[in-house]
Amino acid sequence: MGISVSNITKSYGKVTALSDISFDVKPGELFGLIGPDGAGKTTLFRILTTLLIADKGQATVAGYDVLKEYKSIRNSVGYMPGRFSLYQDLTVEENLNFFATIFGTTIEENYDLVKDIYVQIEPFKTRRAGKLSGGMKQKLALSCALIHKPKVLFLDEPTTGVDPVSRKEFWEMLKRLQKKDITILVSTPYMDEAALCDRIALIQDGKILQIDTPNAIVSHFPKPLYNISANDMYGLIESLTNYKHTYSIFPFGEFVHYTDKRDTMDIERLKTYLESQNLTDIHIEKTQPTIEDTFMELAK
Amino acid sequence: MKRFVGFVRKEFYHIFRDKRSLFILFGMPIAQILLFGFAITNEINNVNIAILDQANDVTSKEIINKIAASKHFSIVDIIQKESSIESIFKKGKVKAVLQFENNFGNNLIKEKQANVQVLTDATDPNMANTISNYISAILKKYQQELNKNTTIDYQIVPQSRMVYNAELKSVYMFVPGVMTVILMLVSAMMTSISITREKEQGTMEILLVSPLKPFQVIIGKVFPYIFLSVINAIVIVLLSIFVFNVPVNGSLFLLGIESVLFIITSLALGILISTISATQQTAMMISLMGLMLPTILLSGFIFPISSMPLPLQVISNIIPAKWFIIIVKGIMLKGIGIGFIFKETAILVLMTLLFIGISVKKYKIRLE
Repeated sequence: MGISVSNITKSYGKVTALSDISFDVKPGELFGLIGPDGAGKTTLFRILTTLLIADKGQATVAGYDVLKEYKSIRNSVGYMPGRFSLYQDLTVEENLNFFATIFGTTIEENYDLVKDIYVQIEPFKTRRAGKLSGGMKQKLALSCALIHKPKVLFLDEPTTGVDPVSRKEFWEMLKRLQKKDITILVSTPYMDEAALCDRIALIQDGKILQIDTPNAIVSHFPKPLYNISANDMYGLIESLTNYKHTYSIFPFGEFVHYTDKRDTMDIERLKTYLESQNLTDIHIEKTQPTIEDTFMELAK
Repeated sequence: MKRFVGFVRKEFYHIFRDKRSLFILFGMPIAQILLFGFAITNEINNVNIAILDQANDVTSKEIINKIAASKHFSIVDIIQKESSIESIFKKGKVKAVLQFENNFGNNLIKEKQANVQVLTDATDPNMANTISNYISAILKKYQQELNKNTTIDYQIVPQSRMVYNAELKSVYMFVPGVMTVILMLVSAMMTSISITREKEQGTMEILLVSPLKPFQVIIGKVFPYIFLSVINAIVIVLLSIFVFNVPVNGSLFLLGIESVLFIITSLALGILISTISATQQTAMMISLMGLMLPTILLSGFIFPISSMPLPLQVISNIIPAKWFIIIVKGIMLKGIGIGFIFKETAILVLMTLLFIGISVKKYKIRLE
C-alpha cells in the first residue's frame, strides 16, 4: 500500500532524467530521496503523482497503478511541489479552505491532522500567502497538502530555502505525521536531513546509488575516515591533494575528511608530511563517516 | 458541485484582488465606447467649404445662401476656376467644394434639371460621407420648395464625388464593433491569461493532482468571465442608447442571447489559446496579435469587407467577430429577428462547438 517503483526510465529528448529506477516504500514509512540538484528527484515525483508518464517501467502508489488508475491516485495523495505553488493573492485561510473544498472536505473535518502545523500560521490567517516568510509558506503548503488526509504524501524539497530553525521544526512535523499512518516520500539535497528518514535512497544522474537505513548506509563506508584540520585550509587541501597516499579528500566545515589508499595508515607520518608543507596547528583524528561522505564516495 | 463552487469562488477572489486588471476590465469598455462615440460622431458643425459658382445666377445664389445659413457649413472661399479645386483641397482649407454648372438656373427652368457637383475630401471617409449627405439634404429641401408652387417637376441633381478615397462604401457602425472587440478581448484574453497563470505559478500542478476534473477546471475558469462580460455588454448597450442615442430597433432579449453566445465563443477561443501557450505572455501575445487585430481589421468593424481583396474576404469568414457584427447591426439598427440572422447564429454556434472540442481534446491531464 505504500509506493512501489520498478524499472522506471524517463528521458527528455537526449537527456536521461531517470534510468531504471526501482525501490519500494513501505506503508507508514518516511522515505528520503537524497541527491543533488538535477539528479532526477522532481521527475520521479511527477511520475509518481501521475503528472508525467514514464518511458518504461511500472509504479504503484497506495496500491494504484500510476498510469491506469491515475484518478484514484489523485484522490488519495498529497503533493507539495518543489516550487511554492499556492495562490499568492489568496489569504492563508482561503488557500487552505480552497484545497479542502476541491478534495471534498472541510478544514474542521481534518483539523486535528494539520493542527500542529496550522496553529503556527493561524495568527496570520488573514495574510496573503505571497506575503509570508519562506518557513511559513512551507508550513502552509504542507497544511494544504495534508488537509484531505492523504494516504501518501509527496514532498519535493520541502525545506529548500528555509531557515535552519524552520527546517528542524518541519522535520519534527513529518515525524509526527508518520505516526498517523501516512506514507511520506520526501526529497532533499541536504544530507543532514537524510539521517531523519527511516530509509533513504541516494540518487544521482538518474540512478539510485544505494538504498538503506541512514545508519546502514553510513556503516557501509569502506575506509577509515579522518578529520584533519590545520591553520590554513587552502594549503591543507592542496598538500593533501598532492600527497601520494591520498584516496579521497572532502572539505567538511572546518575539517577536511580524508581517506587513505592503504589499509593501515600512520597518523604521525601524515602529520610530518603536512608539517613539511609549512602547515601548523595540525590535528588528525579518526571520525565517523556521515551520509554525505558515503554519497561522495558512491558518486565517485 | 461544492468543489465547483469552491473553485469559482477562488476565481472571483483572483479577479477582484487584481485591482489593475479589474480597472481595465471595466474602464476600457467605457473609455472605448466614449472615445469611439465622440470621435466618430455623425454630427458635423461649421465645416469649411468652398464654392465654385460657374452659373452665378439667381438660383445658384439662393442655394448658396441656404447653405451659408445652415449651422453645418461655413463658406470660407469662393473660387473662380475649376483648376483651383485641387490646390484648395491640398491646402486642407476646406473639406468640400460645391460646383454649380454653367447656366444652372436656366437649365433648371428650361430643362427642368440642373447639376451640382459635391466634391468631398475623403481622406476622412466618414466625414466626407456625412458632408455629402447634408448637402444633398439641403438641395433636396430647396427643390421641394420650388416644386411646391408648380406642377412642373424641377430637379436639382447633386453629383457626389469623393476625392482621394473614391471607393468608400460603408459607414462606421462603431457600437457593434466596439462591443465585439471588448467582448472578444475580455473573454478570450482574460481566460487564456488566467489559465496560463495557473501553469506559470505552478498551481496547475497541484490542481492536476486533485480530484478536480478537467471540465470543472475549465468551466470554473470561464464562469466568472461570462458574468463580467455580460456586465460589460450591458454597459456598452446602455451607453450607446443613452449617450449616443443609437437605436435598438430589434429585441433586446435577442441581443442579449446573441451576446452571451458570442461571449461563449470568445471564452472557448480563450481556452484554446491557453492550451497552446505555456506562459501568460504568450497567451497575451496570441490574444492580441491573433485575435484583436483580425477582429478589428477583418471583421468589417472599421474596413468594409466588400472592399477587401478577395483572399482577405475569404479569411474574414473564419473571424467570429464578423458574424457577430452582422448580428448586432441587424438587431440594433435594422431591427430584424432571429429568422434573418439564423445563418450567422448557426455559424457562431458551430465555431464554439469546434473550439470547445479542440480544447477538450488538447487539454492536458498531465504536465507534458
